[in-house]
Amino acid sequence: MKFVDEYRSGDVAAHVAEQIAALVEPRRRYKIMEVCGGHTHTIYKHGIEDLLPPEVELVHGPGCPVCVIPMGRQDDAIAIAERPGVIFTTFGDMLRVPASSGSLLDAKARGADVRMVYSPLDALRVARENPDREVVFFAIGFETTAPSTAVTLLRAREDRVRNFSVFANHVTIIPAIRAILGSPDLRLDGFIGPGHVSTVIGLKPYRWIARDHRKPVVVSGFEPLDILQSVYMILQQLAAGRSEVDNQYTRVVRPDGNPRALRAIAETMELRTTFEWRGLGFIAQSALKLRAEFADWDAEVRFDVPGIRVADPKACQCGEVLKGVIKPWECKVFGTACTPDRPIGTCMVSSEGACAAYYNFGRLTRRRNREPASV
Amino acid sequence: MCLGIPGLIVDWVDVEHHIAKAEVSGVRRNVNAALLVEGPDAVDVGDWVLIHVGFAMSKIDEDEARATSEFLAALGDPYEQELAELRKSRIE
Repeated sequence: MKFVDEYRSGDVAAHVAEQIAALVEPRRRYKIMEVCGGHTHTIYKHGIEDLLPPEVELVHGPGCPVCVIPMGRQDDAIAIAERPGVIFTTFGDMLRVPASSGSLLDAKARGADVRMVYSPLDALRVARENPDREVVFFAIGFETTAPSTAVTLLRAREDRVRNFSVFANHVTIIPAIRAILGSPDLRLDGFIGPGHVSTVIGLKPYRWIARDHRKPVVVSGFEPLDILQSVYMILQQLAAGRSEVDNQYTRVVRPDGNPRALRAIAETMELRTTFEWRGLGFIAQSALKLRAEFADWDAEVRFDVPGIRVADPKACQCGEVLKGVIKPWECKVFGTACTPDRPIGTCMVSSEGACAAYYNFGRLTRRRNREPASV
Repeated sequence: MCLGIPGLIVDWVDVEHHIAKAEVSGVRRNVNAALLVEGPDAVDVGDWVLIHVGFAMSKIDEDEARATSEFLAALGDPYEQELAELRKSRIE
């Protein structure tokens, strides 16, 4: 494994950067979307763009599970949380997301029993410990997280935990990429594919992107050198006129993904006809709901949720950021009215959100100096 | 929230439900290993895994675990927050 250590050293980063520069064709501009918010975080934390030639632009994608939940669903979550007798459990990231009437933290301050959990299995434990209360788990996340909810549901059924239910907001990455490729606002040359989603779904679901759209996809790890190498692999394909699905993160991602995780999802959940994404609007078959067999554990069946579509705050351009159409610093409220302490939009809440990543790592001034507002 | 945190499986707590004890950054917590029970990715005591929301999601080797831990430690806040949440976890 000595190779890994060498691969992680700064010298190798400089070498890969040189190789990338050597592949760039004169006067050609390259736009590569990193789909996953974890990658966005690494890119700004480690200043990856500083290592790339100016012709290569990284465009941030929609792969931030907190960011893509629309305000109406957050309102629904708060409506459930404020019902008498409910203990509402959620990952910490969702607590500060602004809804129409404040966040889940504000609901907690008003008296709702909102509790942060690390795992859906912790939510199930809370249900066992409070048999006279209704315990609801706010399930969010892409295919990385959906199997955890699925296994928790199977366990709840096996153990007949009747006071536990799931408010399902799991989304799937492929329809979001399809929506972005169908958008006239953006021309992309290739994709850095999400690492941990791919440990579950494998490589096959990306093939249509390479085949039908002629765009390379390279599934990538999360370290700075992983991302640099993935950019190199994409440029190599483009230089050779190829478009294939490649795996840079072979040390974790198997080509077939995790069949057991996929089976657990399929056993407990099915595709919704449509689902609203923040910024991307309604996308057909892009999210998961519980199967009818799990209606007893489905918070949307057990409780009335308002289910009202709510427009995003006018000032917030999180939607355009999620589509990669604008950069965070091009939003009018970025860094002024909207900051991580007082976020207006979801992209400023999650550490995987592009706005929070820009804000936290002080790129604002540098980017404005280096690059005038253009896409 | 999509972080995968390296942990070493040190014991089985509930074999029937695939609940294992994992050591993460000096802390021992229960994790669910039901997604890693088949073929070459089946895990046992002594194996390193990437843990996400209380579930072992991928089997990794020791070098990868070490390097990933170093990378996560350099992330700062998001990793500290994840570890703080993990410390409060009591999966059964």
